[in-house]
This record gives sequence, structure tokens and C-alpha cells, in this order.
Amino acid sequence: MARAVTSQRKALNTVVAWSIGLLIFFPILWTILTSFKSEAEAIANPPVFMFFDWTLENYSVVLERSNYMRFLTNSVIIAGGSTLLGVLIAVPAAWSMAFVPSRRTKDILLWMLSTKMLPAVGVLYPIYLLCIRLGVLDNRAALVVILMLINLPIIVWMLYTYFREIPGEILEAARMDGATLKDEILYVLTPMAIPGIASTLLLNFILAWNEAFWTLNLTSVDAAPLTAFIASYSSPEGLFFAKLSAASTMAIAPILILGWFSQKQLVRGLTFGAVK
Amino acid sequence: MATQHSRSAARIMMAPAVFLLLVWMLVPLCMTLWFSFRNYLPLRGGDLGFAGFNNFTRFVSSSAFWPSVLTTLIIVGGVLLISIVFGVLLAILLDKPMWGQGIVRILVIAPFFVMPTVSALVWKNMFMDPVNGVLAHLWRFFGADPLVWLQDASVFSIILIVSWQWLPFATLILLTAIQSLDSEQLEAAEIDGATPLARFFFISLPHLSRAITIVVLIQTIFVLAVFAEIFVTTGGAFGTRTLTYLIYQRVLESQNIGLGSAGGVYAIILANIVAIFLMRIVGKNLDN
Repeated sequence: MARAVTSQRKALNTVVAWSIGLLIFFPILWTILTSFKSEAEAIANPPVFMFFDWTLENYSVVLERSNYMRFLTNSVIIAGGSTLLGVLIAVPAAWSMAFVPSRRTKDILLWMLSTKMLPAVGVLYPIYLLCIRLGVLDNRAALVVILMLINLPIIVWMLYTYFREIPGEILEAARMDGATLKDEILYVLTPMAIPGIASTLLLNFILAWNEAFWTLNLTSVDAAPLTAFIASYSSPEGLFFAKLSAASTMAIAPILILGWFSQKQLVRGLTFGAVK
Repeated sequence: MATQHSRSAARIMMAPAVFLLLVWMLVPLCMTLWFSFRNYLPLRGGDLGFAGFNNFTRFVSSSAFWPSVLTTLIIVGGVLLISIVFGVLLAILLDKPMWGQGIVRILVIAPFFVMPTVSALVWKNMFMDPVNGVLAHLWRFFGADPLVWLQDASVFSIILIVSWQWLPFATLILLTAIQSLDSEQLEAAEIDGATPLARFFFISLPHLSRAITIVVLIQTIFVLAVFAEIFVTTGGAFGTRTLTYLIYQRVLESQNIGLGSAGGVYAIILANIVAIFLMRIVGKNLDN
């Protein structure tokens, strides 16, 4: 028994929701617009919204000036590497917890979650010192490992909740038909697990891309990703709103697009399956 | 149906993840604990011996401690208040029939995917700049004097920036929870003559209580650890030094490792208190 919704009501909902949505989105929209302005127009009083001379100059200046490609490469390597490595380690763990649960499975899962709750600042110096002693301060491989460890609990949890949805009867049926363990994993489980693994990769790539405690504190030049690149704009020299906007747009655009595909996984991944 | 064989295979498959996390947790934790009892100043003589509980008492009795605790509580409380109140309202609104629902959802969730350093710098410069910021233009348009946001309303500004990032998260979680609410229950109440307000307080809100609790706990843990938003805006000045930031300054800026580590131990204890409640809810959910 669905309620009849008057189109008047629906129109009102639409107007209110769109206004609020645009208000929340406005800082991002404004940044994107400003990135196409000249520096003079970026600080024009009163501000210009759409009607200005659109230019790509800021993008070329940012690309030339600050080794943007190196920061971008570092971000891709650190976020991508840590996510891939994490999934590689987490898949067997999550698989065994989902299909061969024991009395301790729940405790292990909760313990893993508790390591995620450890405040980073509490272990800042030990990690910093270990990096110096091992000669890996400002090193991409070290950040790959550290971000992998930070996200590993979320990766295990997400994979676990996905794997648990795969019906166990299918495995039994495969076994009855004479499938070996290898066949089981290759031909039965993998095809069913791929969507879950893809979602996990996506969300954790985003989380690692945006991580801004360890990447700021453990890098200076060689391994600095986009988070550090943007932070270097915090001490301005002269006119820079338009260039800041161009740099920001380039840093967030790829992730915004990926993020739009991962809304559902976000709920599952960050509430540890507690909200469905 | 697990055999002895598959059990031991399972143990081997779990081992790498468990071992790595165990090392990742225990080694730094033990080091922090060790340093917190040492008089350790790398730039001024190195490890100067056992300090007893000196670091713990000095960290708490320094003039910066209580203000930083207060700032932390105000920021966490402010962000929670804004994201829960507006999150519930927004979630209810977004659940209603409208045109372009999918696009509005995308607009609302977008800030969560913005890198913290980007959102902090964009707000600091393009919105809160007292001369050229959008807010300054807005203030002048209404004939008011523009605020120097990050000085005169510094803590509020930080709350605003962090809330902008976390309101989308709260909205998304609460929207997911609302969509699981049985609409027939609401219709029955409406037929029985319940007002919209009564329906909200006696049906929708109780249904959301678990999701709200989870949002509160998760956001508390993440907002307690807010760093980049302060690092690139005020650098801890103008009363925005949180407990996290104070520890960071003790460790990396003044290189007083003993003192900073004692602060770290306090932060770990604080986060654990919150984490226990979160784990209880998550754990209960695992059982069914």
C-alpha cells in the first residue's frame, strides 16, 4: 500500500534537497571553477561565478612548476601498492575465517579491529625512529607497508563480510561432484568473490590516497605523495588562489570519480558490517 | 564440516595477517611505553635515564594540557552534534521521493572523498580568507565586517571544516539505516492519527538509534585523531591545539620523546575507552 505522493510535495522535496546538496557541494564546485580563472579573476570583488575567460593556464603552471608528476606517481604507487599488498595478505585470512570458522574467529576479528583504533600519534615516534634506523624515512616502500598495515583490518573485515555471503552449500555441492580444493578455489569461489574483492580494492585505494598523517610526517621529498604536495601550498607566495585550485582539482578529481562508484562499499567497510 | 586438515590449513592462511598486525601493534606500543618512562631528548643528550612517572605527571601538569583537552572535547562534540543533527535531517529528506535523487546523493557524499589537506587549504584560503574569501564577500554583501575566521573563531572554523568532511559520512550511514525501516509501520501510525513529529520521535528515531551510536563511536575515534586539518590551517595556534596536536609537537617539534610518549599513552587509553563500546556493538552483530 504505497502512499500517493502529490507532485506538489515531491517538487518541494526536490527543491529543498537540491539546495542543500548544492550548498554542501559548493566548496568543490567553487574550487573547480576557480581553477579555470586567472589569478585576478579568482579574487575579483564581487566574485565572478561562471562568466569569466576560461583558461587552462593554471594547470600548465602547476604541472611545470612543482614536479606534479612525481607526487602523482608517488600517490599512485603508495595507494595502489598498499591496497594490493593488503588484499593479497587478507584474502587467505578472510577466506579461512569465513569458511572454516572456529571458536576464536570472532575474537580475532575484533582484535584486528582494535588495532585500527590505535591512535597514530601514540606510536608516531617509534615508527619514525624505526624508519630512520632502517634508513627508510621518505621511502615509498616503507609507506606502502605502513599504509597496508593501517588498512589491513578494514580489508580483512570487508572481505570477510563479502565471503560470508557466499553460500557454503555450493562448496559442498562442488565437493560431491569431485572438485579438489584447487578446483574449488579456482572455479567456484573466485568467480563469486571477485565483486567483493573489487569493492574492497576500490574503497581502500581511496582511504590510502587520502591518508594524511603518516604521509605528511614520514616523507619530505622523494616519497611525498599528493597530500604533501597540497600541504606545501599552505605558505602562500603572492597571488595563488587559482593555482591552488588547479592543484587541488587534480588531486581530488580521480578519487571523486572513484568515490561515486563506492558509496555502498563505504557503509559496509567503515561500519564493519554493523549497518546494512 | 571442517576437517582437521582444513582447520590447520585455515590457521596457516590466517597466519600472515595475524602475525603482521601483532608486530605492527606490539612493537611500537612497547616502544612508546618504554620511552614514556625514559628521560629521552635526542637533540639534547639522548637517553638520560629512567624518569619514573615524571613524564606522565609533567605532561598533565603542563599549562598546555588542560586547554588541549578542552579543545579536543569541543571539536569532537561540535563535529558530532553537527553531523548527527543535520545527518538525521538530511537522511530523512533524501529518503523522500524527489527528482534527481541519485545526483543529490552524489553531491552530498562528495566532500568525504576530498583529501584532508585539500579541504583544509580550500576552506582556509578560498572561503575563510578575511580579504578575498567567499565568506568575506558574503559578510560584506550584508554590510558586516568580514571575520578573521582562523583567528577570531578558530575552533569553530576547525569544527566547520571537519564537519564538512564527516557530515556526508553520517548522512550516508543514516540513510542506509532509514531505508531498512518498514514503511508500513509509518503508514499505520499515520492512519492512527500520529503527527509527523510523533512519527519521527517514536518510530524513525528509535529505529535509527543503533546507526547513530555507531556513527558517534566511529567519528569520535577518527575526529580525536584529526591532524592535517590543523596542521595546514592554524598549526595549533589560536587555541586549536588538540591533544593529538600537542603530542605531535612534543615529539617532532620539541623532540621531547619521553614527554610526548607519555602523552601518547594517554591518547591510547582514551581511544581504547571509546573503542571498547564500539567493539561491543560490532561483536554483537557478528553473532547473528
